[in-house]
Amino acid sequence: MTQTYADGKFGEYGGQYVPEALMPAIEELTDAYERYVLENEDGFMDDFRARLRDFGGRPTPTQYAERLSDRYGTDVYLKREDLVHGGAHKLNNALGQVLLAKYMGKERIVAETGAGQHGTATAMAAAHLDMPCEIYMGETDINRQRPNVFRMRLNGSEVNPVTTGRGTLKEAISETMRDWATNVEDTHYVIGSVVGPHPFPAMVRDFQAVISEEAREQLREKTGGLPDSVLACAGGGSNTMGAFAHFVDDAEPRSADGSSGGEPRDDAGVDLYAVEAGGSSLSVDEEAGVAPNSASLSTGGEGVLHGARTKILQDADGQIMESHSVSAGLDYAGVGPELAQLVDDGRVNAVNVDDDGALEAFHRLSQLEGIIPALESAHAFGYLENNYEDLGDVVLVNVSGRGDKDLETVIEETEKRDIEAAPSLSEFSGGF
Amino acid sequence: MGDANETAANGTAANPELAEAFADGPAFVPYLAAGDPDYESSLKYVEALERGGADVIELGLPFSEPIAEGPTIQSAVVRALEGGMTPERFFEFVEDLDVDVPLVCMTYYNLIYQFGSEPGPRPFVERAAEVGLSGFVVPDLPAEEADPLREACDEFGLDLVFIVAPTTRGERLERIMSQVSGYVYVQARLGVTGAQDDVSGQTEASLDRLADYDVPKAVGFGIKTGEHAERIVAGGADGIIVGSALVDIVAEGAEAGESADTVASRLESKARELKGGALRGYEQRVPQAERT
Repeated sequence: MTQTYADGKFGEYGGQYVPEALMPAIEELTDAYERYVLENEDGFMDDFRARLRDFGGRPTPTQYAERLSDRYGTDVYLKREDLVHGGAHKLNNALGQVLLAKYMGKERIVAETGAGQHGTATAMAAAHLDMPCEIYMGETDINRQRPNVFRMRLNGSEVNPVTTGRGTLKEAISETMRDWATNVEDTHYVIGSVVGPHPFPAMVRDFQAVISEEAREQLREKTGGLPDSVLACAGGGSNTMGAFAHFVDDAEPRSADGSSGGEPRDDAGVDLYAVEAGGSSLSVDEEAGVAPNSASLSTGGEGVLHGARTKILQDADGQIMESHSVSAGLDYAGVGPELAQLVDDGRVNAVNVDDDGALEAFHRLSQLEGIIPALESAHAFGYLENNYEDLGDVVLVNVSGRGDKDLETVIEETEKRDIEAAPSLSEFSGGF
Repeated sequence: MGDANETAANGTAANPELAEAFADGPAFVPYLAAGDPDYESSLKYVEALERGGADVIELGLPFSEPIAEGPTIQSAVVRALEGGMTPERFFEFVEDLDVDVPLVCMTYYNLIYQFGSEPGPRPFVERAAEVGLSGFVVPDLPAEEADPLREACDEFGLDLVFIVAPTTRGERLERIMSQVSGYVYVQARLGVTGAQDDVSGQTEASLDRLADYDVPKAVGFGIKTGEHAERIVAGGADGIIVGSALVDIVAEGAEAGESADTVASRLESKARELKGGALRGYEQRVPQAERT
């Protein structure tokens, strides 16, 4: 498992770059994180794990994907986070943070959401734990993720539209920080990924680490060893860090040909691939301040955004660029600071798949395995399709969530393209 | 140039201009976003503030993610960015201004960090010193992360103003007050910037906590009228910082398509109202007869 990083720094990354009004709350949260999460004070972690099991439906299975394995001639295993209650890994973190807020005596929850999965998970956790909850969501995202907006409201949360900028996750995070700065004394901000000021990146990783903790054990039971490679899509990076956390220390390199060199897999390294959204292009329109991708690990530069120093999409002056992905959940101009450091260290490979590749993979997985993946997760399968020969004999792919929320987007975007595996969706266009 | 270590230790200004602005009665410190809504109008607006009685002017260098700002200033930032404001253009703006009062740059850390050919705050501070800026306010840079900027400010003789929030107490307050120079920005209430219809009761408690520190205390967040200014200065503030109430005038002018001269004259008169209020408050607290 990765380190605790008590000073909140991952090399040069991380830190706490927030308005002064928030600093006492961040100190209070750091103290609560250390006591409840790291030291299990008052049995917090026992309570969390029991709720993850009974409310969240954990453990999720690690499934052998027969038809994908046949297709690639390699053993493909799927960590089924789409089977967590609510349909995505997001509940692991949301439940952990709302419970922590409860232990801290906070009276109100705010959160931001991009694709709506984190908002949905937070709304469910808040209802489960009887906490009032308000969620900020960009207007653009509200329009492309209506089912999740409805689910949040059903669970009793307020959904506040954010109209600034392009109306996506970046703006929603800024707006939630403003609410937090106003109501900091009784409110906890449930950040949705391994981003933001310390302790959020470490704490969210710890709540998500259950993914790799289970997968490691389950793969050992099924194969007797570890995977050669782990693939996870990366927006902010919470499912990525969750899927990687318990494999980060397995760093012994494999031989150059991609095999484990005849040694037992236990003794070989586990290669880690963070698959980012390549969007429509990796190039950048500096003039318009737009990056038509969300690949901050692959193409971003070091900077300070939303409370942390990390890799971000920015122009030459340091203004934050508007990002793009067909997947709302990956559409963010930054990434977790720990992931940035792991990429700099060479421990994690930052790769990317464009919108077309993700949509093709979405249809492929739906048809071959009977699993409709989130468009986020589809990026990881897009990478597998084109690079399976380099990934070793046993590949673990994290299915971060299910794709029900993306159906309207998929109908619209599929119609614009010629995708071999896609069924005709024309009868559904114009409303679903 | 002031002595860096002495600056941090006793809270006096590295650059004497800022301390002097607070020396003779209450300082009126207005804020405008540079380049809002366009470069030429904005020059006139800032100059109008000086005519209206500004003692120090906080000039915003627009950043795309102003997380400490409310809707008024956020909109100003968007207008200025759309008008083509950039860090280098901002420095040219400062050079083009015809004002005699000290200018403080208010911006976010990423712009400071990215400026110039080497990463880190030094090139930005060097350029700021070149154009004659007196200091910085950086809302997303807490004292814990401020060492590199503090060092650069000390090297070039600029002040680093920190914000103290109603939630800042104990060791954090000590840490901030040991690093601040020029003046301390006392945040009157929790939340983000924005004009209010009443003055927060949190102000008095904040000023009380700061009473023993020998550095000018300027109160900001929510001050909208001369009457607000009067009450805050009467309550112990050494100065008032006003942003949103002035930015509102710029926004209304831009929306109505008014001439820059008309808007500038309205800003000047609003400035005069605020400065007048501050002077009345000072008179209540320290009557003329008792001044040394």
